[in-house]
Amino acid sequence: MTGPFGTEEVQLVTGWGRTAATAAKHLAPETSDDVRKALLHSEGHVIPRGLGRSYGDTAQSAGGTVVDCTGLDAVRLVDVAGGKVTVAAGVSLDALMRTLVPLGLFVPVTPGTRHVTVGGAIASDIHGKNHHHDGSFCDYVESMVLDLPDGRRLHLTPEDDAFWATAGGLGLTGVVVEATLRMRPITTSSMVVDSWRAADLDACMADLEASDAAHRYSVAWIDCLATGARLGRSVITCGDHAEVDDLAPRQRSHPLAFDPHSLLQAPQVAPPGLMNRATVRAFNEVWFRKAPRRRHRSVERISTYFHPLDGVRGWNRLYGPRGFLQHQSLVPFGQEEALRSIIERLAASGCASFLAVLKRFGPANAGHLSFPMPGWTLALDLPIGPPALGPMLDALDELVVAAGGRVYLAKDSRMKAELVPQMYPRLESWRAVQRELDPGGRLRSDQSQRLQLLP
Amino acid sequence: MIDALGNPQSALVLGGGSDIAVATLEQMAARRLRRVVLAGRNEGSLASAATRVEAAGCDQVATVHFDAVDAAGHDAAISDLFSQHGGFDLVLVAFGVLGDQGQAEVDGDEALRIVQTNFTGAATAMLAASRSLVAQGHGTIVLLSSVAGERARRSNYVYGSSKAGADALAQGLGDALHGSGVHVMIVRPGFVRSKMTEGMAPAPMSAQPAEVASAIVRGLEKRAEVVYVPSKLRYVFAVLRHLPRPIFRRLPL
Repeated sequence: MTGPFGTEEVQLVTGWGRTAATAAKHLAPETSDDVRKALLHSEGHVIPRGLGRSYGDTAQSAGGTVVDCTGLDAVRLVDVAGGKVTVAAGVSLDALMRTLVPLGLFVPVTPGTRHVTVGGAIASDIHGKNHHHDGSFCDYVESMVLDLPDGRRLHLTPEDDAFWATAGGLGLTGVVVEATLRMRPITTSSMVVDSWRAADLDACMADLEASDAAHRYSVAWIDCLATGARLGRSVITCGDHAEVDDLAPRQRSHPLAFDPHSLLQAPQVAPPGLMNRATVRAFNEVWFRKAPRRRHRSVERISTYFHPLDGVRGWNRLYGPRGFLQHQSLVPFGQEEALRSIIERLAASGCASFLAVLKRFGPANAGHLSFPMPGWTLALDLPIGPPALGPMLDALDELVVAAGGRVYLAKDSRMKAELVPQMYPRLESWRAVQRELDPGGRLRSDQSQRLQLLP
Repeated sequence: MIDALGNPQSALVLGGGSDIAVATLEQMAARRLRRVVLAGRNEGSLASAATRVEAAGCDQVATVHFDAVDAAGHDAAISDLFSQHGGFDLVLVAFGVLGDQGQAEVDGDEALRIVQTNFTGAATAMLAASRSLVAQGHGTIVLLSSVAGERARRSNYVYGSSKAGADALAQGLGDALHGSGVHVMIVRPGFVRSKMTEGMAPAPMSAQPAEVASAIVRGLEKRAEVVYVPSKLRYVFAVLRHLPRPIFRRLPL
């Protein structure tokens, strides 16, 4: 049905992992004025939502209202020479790249998918393979416009406390409706990529550390089913933006061409148990074997390097009706033994992680709940199903906390609430700012309830 | 909230003194369960249940009077509990009486007590709970049914038919609530060694309350719709359900 602020109906909502669905009223505003009206006139709890790529229950609010911001899709101002853009918060990084890559501008930070909105990127203060070099998304936000539930509209810059409460603030400080971003100048839409195999965890960590200074982007994919002497065997890829001279001669006439498309679509219904130990083991073996034994340089498209999974639309459905979760943890440098224990524990548990990813983070920013800080981050995709999964993840969380690390809230769907204050020491300062922005306590997500982020 | 692995943080138990309910809450407390309201008739068994659930790690445990037979009062009682306690992730319908089959055949009061508790009370309680859960946009109802409801047997058909009624209602309710964010799971244990069956000779494939509890926790993780305990009873009863009457009636069941 069509209400006064766009379409309005009750919908079942889940995150990307397709777990713990809850029902909420769905509002789809098309302008920032619609957002303001929706906030003022809706009743009960409310949470903004972008393209739904948070894995868990971050962007859902049972029995309340979900404000779908993807209709706020206007690119307002592009300053090519200055390398800045002003966009409505529902603009996706995909749209941004399609518009700006041909003009020689790249997003400063991209996650493993292009299908996230700018608002979502701010709310999760997302990072990419370049964190060790460039920091996270909110480091490139010059200003933003934040709509509050009581109708106030704030123009925030990094000088404001509310800016850093909103950066990584999980949508709980208000609805970001517009942002101005500093983009990265590029001369081609290709990447120069070095890839090679590392035989074990020590080699992997040593290689990643050694690559930090030399490459803007770096990441390792780890075979989490390998045990014993092969524990932590991995494929490392390091990348940098290519210059025109790096391209093949026939590509040099269109160095900034950018037109990625999905080649495949996942079936609407996949059988449960498709992602099991045997299939993941087979995939991991192939992935490891196809990687070059020794360092090998190639030129790849941006989309191939950064967003391989975007090639399969709806790949999350491959995990079947029970869904899956992602566990992304971080342990500070110096806690490498904790990282090893985590990988050992996972390999021993029998839970198969498809595409485990390890990378190094650089300095943290001022985001109160931002995830990145100097250390190692490990991301595991795990199908729901094995009985050992819950207790194993609880054990990993304990290892992470004991090492002084944390779990990424934008990926979380099952953590113990008690652990959040230990992982995020600035939680109290965030709560104080949050209370000022939302004195009526309207902003609430299933995750904020589950983790008692807002007592 | 219920997490990605089906673990609730809060629960309302109707029939809070039940051995199976307490064993379930103990296992859930080891995961994410923190807040529990135990509703029932027998204050003594509620109090000892509360002690066990607290010891298992739940920090907010309350007991409240609730009469399964007072079907007319269920709407108000359950919606009041939801508003007083800020909602529940899980509603566990655990009350029930085994009754005395022989007595029920000669005494209408006994038959009425069995049917009113196991069917009428379960029906009104589940329907009332479903309205509150739909309003909050999420949650799970777990009904403790029984394999006795799969096919009424000569030896306990009053109990069996009352469970069959509640079980059928829960199936229909589960389908009606599909897409609402509210899930209904039916648990069909065989013979469970508990207060309810004290003094009876255990049937084959009997289970302990803790086994039923594990099956419930695991069923919620898988978002199962029907759980048998032990699981092989699913196949046993698939056969029994289809036996011809002349054979079925001669079985020593």
